[in-house]
Amino acid sequence: MKPVKAVEKLRAQFGEAIGPMTEFRGETTVRVAREQILEVCRYLRDECGFNMLTDVAGVDNYGEDPRYEVVYHLYSMADKQMLRLKVGVPEDDLVVDSVVSVWRTADWHEREAYDMFGIRFRGHPNLKRILMWEGYPYHPLRKDFPLAGLPAELPETAVEAGRVEAAPMLGGPFVPAIGTRSSVLREPRQVDTVVENIERVKNPTKKELV
Amino acid sequence: MNRAVEIGWDPKVEGRDVIVTRLDAAIDWVRRNSCWPMPMGLACCGIELMAVGASRFDIARFGAEVMRFSPRQADLMIVAGTCVYKMAGVVKRVWDQMPNPKWCMAMGACASTGGMYRSYAVVQGVDRFLPVDVYVSGCPPRPEAVLEGLMAIQRKIERERALAGMKTGDAKAPLYELPRGPIIVRGEYAPKFRDS
Ligand code: SF4
Repeated sequence: MKPVKAVEKLRAQFGEAIGPMTEFRGETTVRVAREQILEVCRYLRDECGFNMLTDVAGVDNYGEDPRYEVVYHLYSMADKQMLRLKVGVPEDDLVVDSVVSVWRTADWHEREAYDMFGIRFRGHPNLKRILMWEGYPYHPLRKDFPLAGLPAELPETAVEAGRVEAAPMLGGPFVPAIGTRSSVLREPRQVDTVVENIERVKNPTKKELV
Repeated sequence: MNRAVEIGWDPKVEGRDVIVTRLDAAIDWVRRNSCWPMPMGLACCGIELMAVGASRFDIARFGAEVMRFSPRQADLMIVAGTCVYKMAGVVKRVWDQMPNPKWCMAMGACASTGGMYRSYAVVQGVDRFLPVDVYVSGCPPRPEAVLEGLMAIQRKIERERALAGMKTGDAKAPLYELPRGPIIVRGEYAPKFRDS
């Protein structure tokens, strides 16, 4: 079934729950109300032939309302058609119904979205972190999470006495002081973590320049 | 202070089957020429490590071809790749399972400093939890660079007070302060020092 046709059928079936549809370069995207996503997905699988879920992803539209979004990419193996669903998730109620009962493959995708954004999937059989370790306190793909990371405890290792340290990020990722003679200054980590060296890089003496 | 020891073997003087040496030197010689590596291949550098082991570069020329996937049989850990925090505990546990004496090589930018991954997930250098002996630069390092790193470790082993290390049982034996002379020298010509 063509995706546009499927959206029409959805409109007839679910009415208000189906939001605006956009088409871009032959890709069809439709917004769906959060409360109805499980039924919509089941209907698309059973009645419209979208028997494969290729991806479930979280999105953080920082500064917008609703802040988060869950995106589903559906594929119909028989008709070779794709359809994209988007569900807005407000920050103060980060819950979406899990679609694991419709497509088993959603299991790990939803765990990843939970791990990276903290979006909880109601009815998921095993909703725990998949990339970061159990007990990690943050959701690192949120836009307000710094790329360098935040200090945290590590449960079982001897890394820095069991701690995660923020990566040194002076002036952006990976900025070695190229062109200086001093090997201390050329080593990026030294420059980033030793405060005196930061000044030395900005104002190197003549001797330190090549 | 232990200066370079003249360890010569001159068949005219000592007969065919006698080598005069120090026990430290003999043990070091044995150890340095049969480093069994633990290939801790965590990312792309691991592929380059395979090239080092294959016939073109042939790490067997340096006595280190016996890659052991059991840490209990290995004495050189080659951390080849990006170590994330989640993996750090595993690497550390593997390291702890290796019997003393043991050595560690950080292969590539990632293992040495975190490399280009300045991010929340990557340990900024495995020396935050392992006692690294040799850092090999490159992304990935050329196989020749890994071999050079291995030779650097061999030069380090060459200088160890192996007996003292056995007594303390530490992972690292204390080193002789000066570079020592060559351990086995055939014939008359014996250079005094080797660069190390
Ligand atoms: S140093 Fe380069 S090649 Fe080696 S693991 Fe890191 S990114 Fe890969």
